[in-house]
Amino acid sequence: MAITMTKGQAGLTGNSAIAYAMKQINPDVCPAYPITPSTAVIEEFASYVADGAVTTELITVESEHSAMSACIGAAAAGARVMTATSSQGLALMWEMLYIASGMRLPIILTDVNRALSAPINIHCDHSDSMGARDSGWIQLYSETVQEAYDNLIQAVRIAEDETVQLPVMVCLDGFITSHAIENITLLSDEEVQGFVGEYNAKTTLLDIDHPVTMGAMSLPENYIDFKFQQSEAIARSKDTVLKVAEDFEKRFGRKYGLFEGYRLEDAEIAIVILNSAAGTTKVAVDELRKKGLKAGLLRPRLFRPFPFKELAEALKDKKAIAVLDRADSMNGFGGPVFNELRSALYDVPKRPKVVSRIYGLGGRDYKVKDAIAVFEELKTIAETGMVDTLQKYITI
Amino acid sequence: MSVPAEKKEKVSVPFDYNKYLRPNKLPHIWCPGCGHGIVLKAMLRAIDKTGFDKNDICVISGIGCSSRTPGYVDFNTLHTLHGRALSFATGVKFANPKLKVIVVTGDGDALAIGGNHFIHTCRRNIDLTVLVFTNATYGMTGGQYSPTTPMGSQATTSRYGSIEPPFDACEMAKASGASFVARGTAYHTLELEKTIHEAIMHKGTSVVDIIDACPTYYGRANKFKSATHMMEVIEKENTVNVKQADKLPPEKLEGKFLRGVLHKIEKPEYCEQYESIVMEKAKAK
Repeated sequence: MAITMTKGQAGLTGNSAIAYAMKQINPDVCPAYPITPSTAVIEEFASYVADGAVTTELITVESEHSAMSACIGAAAAGARVMTATSSQGLALMWEMLYIASGMRLPIILTDVNRALSAPINIHCDHSDSMGARDSGWIQLYSETVQEAYDNLIQAVRIAEDETVQLPVMVCLDGFITSHAIENITLLSDEEVQGFVGEYNAKTTLLDIDHPVTMGAMSLPENYIDFKFQQSEAIARSKDTVLKVAEDFEKRFGRKYGLFEGYRLEDAEIAIVILNSAAGTTKVAVDELRKKGLKAGLLRPRLFRPFPFKELAEALKDKKAIAVLDRADSMNGFGGPVFNELRSALYDVPKRPKVVSRIYGLGGRDYKVKDAIAVFEELKTIAETGMVDTLQKYITI
Repeated sequence: MSVPAEKKEKVSVPFDYNKYLRPNKLPHIWCPGCGHGIVLKAMLRAIDKTGFDKNDICVISGIGCSSRTPGYVDFNTLHTLHGRALSFATGVKFANPKLKVIVVTGDGDALAIGGNHFIHTCRRNIDLTVLVFTNATYGMTGGQYSPTTPMGSQATTSRYGSIEPPFDACEMAKASGASFVARGTAYHTLELEKTIHEAIMHKGTSVVDIIDACPTYYGRANKFKSATHMMEVIEKENTVNVKQADKLPPEKLEGKFLRGVLHKIEKPEYCEQYESIVMEKAKAK
């Protein structure tokens, strides 16, 4: 794939940008199985393999279950491993996701977010990655093509950090981000290589002088201890995410944190929302600010581990907050992000009112007017201190 | 308008496909030149010939171009997960053995991601009809090679030609225990109709491997001039009817696929065996 670049800028779709980042990272192994809308990632990456632009072993397997299994095998053997999938593909990997994190293998997976069946749907929502939220994978969410590209490069460092050693999932919105062309700034191959560095796994199956066994039977006498260590590691990874973002900013000038606040500091009411819909919400914030309404936005970038302290700190003085989830935790208490965010705010002295709104499932459009309607509702909640409807579907 | 039963075999009588279609789900998604529509029509004519009420038929699919079929047809239908159609179908048949269950699947769906279910369905010989639309391509996701792509063929994932030996769905079905195994092509559409009819009427697992063409991906990648060119080369010239095969010298059969009913035996059917054990144990009490 020839990328036309002018002064480091190129017009790329989300999928092309991910494939290009993979090319620049040049992983050792990439096992993959196609699924809409992430197919183009592997399709383009396969061209890089065929053209000899990378030295990656591309393994075209017969299912996503096999794709993640092959990722695990290769990573256990000490390879730097990447793959991409969506929706049912991620669902089929589910059994293996826990094995990847339990074995502490720094695999990188791009999840191009798509709704889950049934009914079958190929468009965007976050049910797929939200279903994997407790699998022990670090999850980074990306608003734009640029961020998806930058996140993927940073993911390698986060995953392979000695104190972390965990798999990372980079999420971007199916079709909205994956198929829309955006002007983005690319790094040079040398910059990417310099940033990610060479990967030398500490313990590998192929180190015959120091033989190890991975994933072996572990009964009540030590299973919980493994899980305790894993839990500590994923909690620690929050600092690594910040450390890596700091180095990224120092080198390349683009700043990333655990979340993005947009006109948030002096805001009285705020929407919390993941990925591309944040862009739409920002337009609504600007429009309402013009009318004097103190609206703001918080977009989590890191969802796993959940940065509850930082999010609570950023939102503690708000009067009313709406958490917009593009996934329903069916018959749970509101959407997944709402649930955790509201819980994070429990210890704040003057708790804001927090409501749950489920939007945009299966690719339903979320428009500026939808965001404005939510802000209007928040305004009433802030004024009266009364919540009429705690949780509901919007955009229906 | 429905066609009287005795006239169905004559193609000159216009067949009323609308009887079995869901017009509000049309147009279909298949590309111009794709063979899936021809296979769909052959399937509908074959079903019509069986005389079964359409409420007694259940059409089940997985994921892929061919798996869009159940959406267009007016039977009990189930559009399921990639590779898993046979598992769903096993459940449906087992829960309601009176239903005539037809699985519509592609070569990638049936033989790669669902390969495991394919062999075990055949092994049990449960009464299902499995129509495998074999176009050697993952069409829905952009033309990757599949488990039936011939060696040396181009696909988006085999730019220097595929190095993986393909599966022969019929050999696999037979070796796994299916009691009815046949092959047809979209080109030989009347023959296909008869084969599908015979497959549906057979008790036990019946597999029909249906060779059809994907001009959009396989055709373009492998320098076929047109969809009809593909049909002529892949479906017409590259296949021989099993009845003529005996009369031909071995060199004329080399590398060619046999069409028609390749394997048909009487064998205990799974649901019936289960039922008989239940009845036997019930009597013993």
